[in-house]
Amino acid sequence: MTSPTMPPRLRELLLDFEPLPRTERMEMLIDWADQFVEVDSAVARRPFPDLSRAPRCESDAYVFATDRADGTVDFHFAVENPQGLSAKAWGAILANTASGAPLEQVAAIDPEAIYQIFGRDLSMGKGQGLMGMLELVQFETRKRLKAR
Amino acid sequence: MTAPSLPEINARGYARPEVLVSTDWLAAHLDDPNVRVIESNEDPLLYPSGHIRGAVQVDWARDLNDPLTRDYLDRPHFEQLMSSIGVTNDTTVVFYGDKSNWWACYAFWVFQLFGHTKAMVLDGGRLKWEKEGRDMTRETPKLAPTSYRAPERDDTKIRAFRDEVLVHMKVKRPMVDVRSPQEFSGERTHMPEYPQEGVLRGGHIPGAKSVPWARASNPDSGTFRSADQLRAIYEQEQGLKPSDEVVAYCRIGERSSHTWFVLTYLLGYPNVRNYDGSWTEWGNSVRMPVER
Repeated sequence: MTSPTMPPRLRELLLDFEPLPRTERMEMLIDWADQFVEVDSAVARRPFPDLSRAPRCESDAYVFATDRADGTVDFHFAVENPQGLSAKAWGAILANTASGAPLEQVAAIDPEAIYQIFGRDLSMGKGQGLMGMLELVQFETRKRLKAR
Repeated sequence: MTAPSLPEINARGYARPEVLVSTDWLAAHLDDPNVRVIESNEDPLLYPSGHIRGAVQVDWARDLNDPLTRDYLDRPHFEQLMSSIGVTNDTTVVFYGDKSNWWACYAFWVFQLFGHTKAMVLDGGRLKWEKEGRDMTRETPKLAPTSYRAPERDDTKIRAFRDEVLVHMKVKRPMVDVRSPQEFSGERTHMPEYPQEGVLRGGHIPGAKSVPWARASNPDSGTFRSADQLRAIYEQEQGLKPSDEVVAYCRIGERSSHTWFVLTYLLGYPNVRNYDGSWTEWGNSVRMPVER
């Protein structure tokens, strides 16, 4: 079951992942990790600020947001752990599906989406870290919604 | 098989150097029928993206945890796991993984709950193997099931439970909090709605010493620091002694298993226990003492 209010590209992706057995799911996530693009240095430079660090993420993921003229937001990510493939995959997915989406839709992304994408057997620690990335994306989003 | 004696590891002065193997040693034993290589990672995508030839994966969430209760697998399921990964009671298992072998040490620790002492850790883990440009494959090994008999899980020697830790704290025995300094201090941003660390109370168990787990490893290679360097951290800086009864904890018990391994095998402390309930249990429990 997917939320009707989440960004349409993310909803479509959830439907793509839904029927996949574990092996194909892993392969698709590795493909997403390969598509990860680190935040441009024009947006953020090392050392990245602590406030941009995703809580509970053991791969040291950082989240940044830049504003578009239409009021939507581009999300950018850095993952300091070179072996943090799940954080890279999730960062690439969020950058591709939440960037440019209406803020209300980004704020409505249910953390359940993480388990729909990564599978139910995701460990507690890993799930918490990926949720930390989403929480920062939604923190940036809600900040802008409040400022309207 | 007899424990290897490796000059480059012996030179570091560990109490039990035979528990570590080098990448050279492992490369020379990939086809040894008495050795089973086990990859255990924090990130579940790493093994399918490529692993050491012949290695099997043991996943913390899927393989080592009870699916219902917050606990580890029981004896029948451990026997099933060992059978499925082609391990007999005589097989030497060699663990390796990401994050300086943090999860490899966690799997190693769980195996010790069932007394599988023919166990080693690849010094440097996945990072060192990759940095040396050694071969990786995506092919998973086809293994015939084995017959494996395990004793009942022994939670009394190397595992600590919350109420035991409470007594340990009250009698002022040493504890090592291996989380980050920010987690230890319980510091939080006061920005409204900023995401938090996922526990109801931040801080640490009163009296615990802060030694982030990663200090025991060389960040560039993932290898363990020498015994002298480790003693400088845990003994000269923090005042621990080999005769101490030590409890190590983190957030869910994984990082602290790395510190448990270091204190137990590399420095030779005989009485170290891992509190796997860790801060997610302590910081969410009613009326547990907290220090900031």
